[in-house]
Amino acid sequence: MKRVFPILAILTAGLLSYGLYGALIQAPTEQTMGEVQRIFYYHVPSAWTAFCLFFVNLAASIAYLVRRNPKADALALASAEVGVVFCTVVLVTGPIWARPVWGIWWTWDLRLTLTLVLWLIYVSYLMLRRFSSSGQTPLMAAVLAVLGALDVPLVYFSIWFFRTQHPQPVVGGGGSIDPRMLHVLLVNWLAFMCFGTLVCWSRYRLEMVRRQVEETQALESLLAAGGSR
Amino acid sequence: MTYLLAAYVATWVIHIAYLGHLARSYARLKREIEELNRKL
Repeated sequence: MKRVFPILAILTAGLLSYGLYGALIQAPTEQTMGEVQRIFYYHVPSAWTAFCLFFVNLAASIAYLVRRNPKADALALASAEVGVVFCTVVLVTGPIWARPVWGIWWTWDLRLTLTLVLWLIYVSYLMLRRFSSSGQTPLMAAVLAVLGALDVPLVYFSIWFFRTQHPQPVVGGGGSIDPRMLHVLLVNWLAFMCFGTLVCWSRYRLEMVRRQVEETQALESLLAAGGSR
Repeated sequence: MTYLLAAYVATWVIHIAYLGHLARSYARLKREIEELNRKL
């Protein structure tokens, strides 16, 4: 992986650049909203990437609950953290789009509120992991992750089943989109997925090394205490 | 156009800030490993 990582990073940078070019230049300007609609090419792929990362968090948490595998626990932590970063992007770019289109930054619409709740659930998950010193922390975090993941389908399907102010789905759910816009949207999603995977992988490796260092430090303290007797 | 620019800049500021946080964590861990190597 050490050798492959720089190649994947370069490919991802290329894909992100192509995605940016597509979003700003290649995609046609939407007739009603104008240029501000181009926020969609970052907002939607960031949301989909966050959902995928939260799904990885769910799968890793279940794996940890079943097998108590520390690697699964580290992957759960990494995916939740990177997922929160992407969810933050969604919560920041959404209001920036809403201000010129709706005339307001925020409304307590079902989709928006559920997304904010989703973000708060995973921030709570990270807080729990950061500040709890109990040996049961990974177990409690895994249970929270399984329950928290229930919000992901609620967020995703909220615009399918309920009347909300948020725009209706353009992919699936009976929506339609210009093929050139769809192409740019999918390129950006692929780019953000690759970027998210690489960052998640880096965070996972960092977490594994951090745990090894902590174990070695504990061992060293024990040896030092034994030597001083 | 201002909103569009703001959204794109905000996206990359968030990602770069997180990458910076990861890089700092990695540097701190590297120092700890070097310290441990000296002790052991």
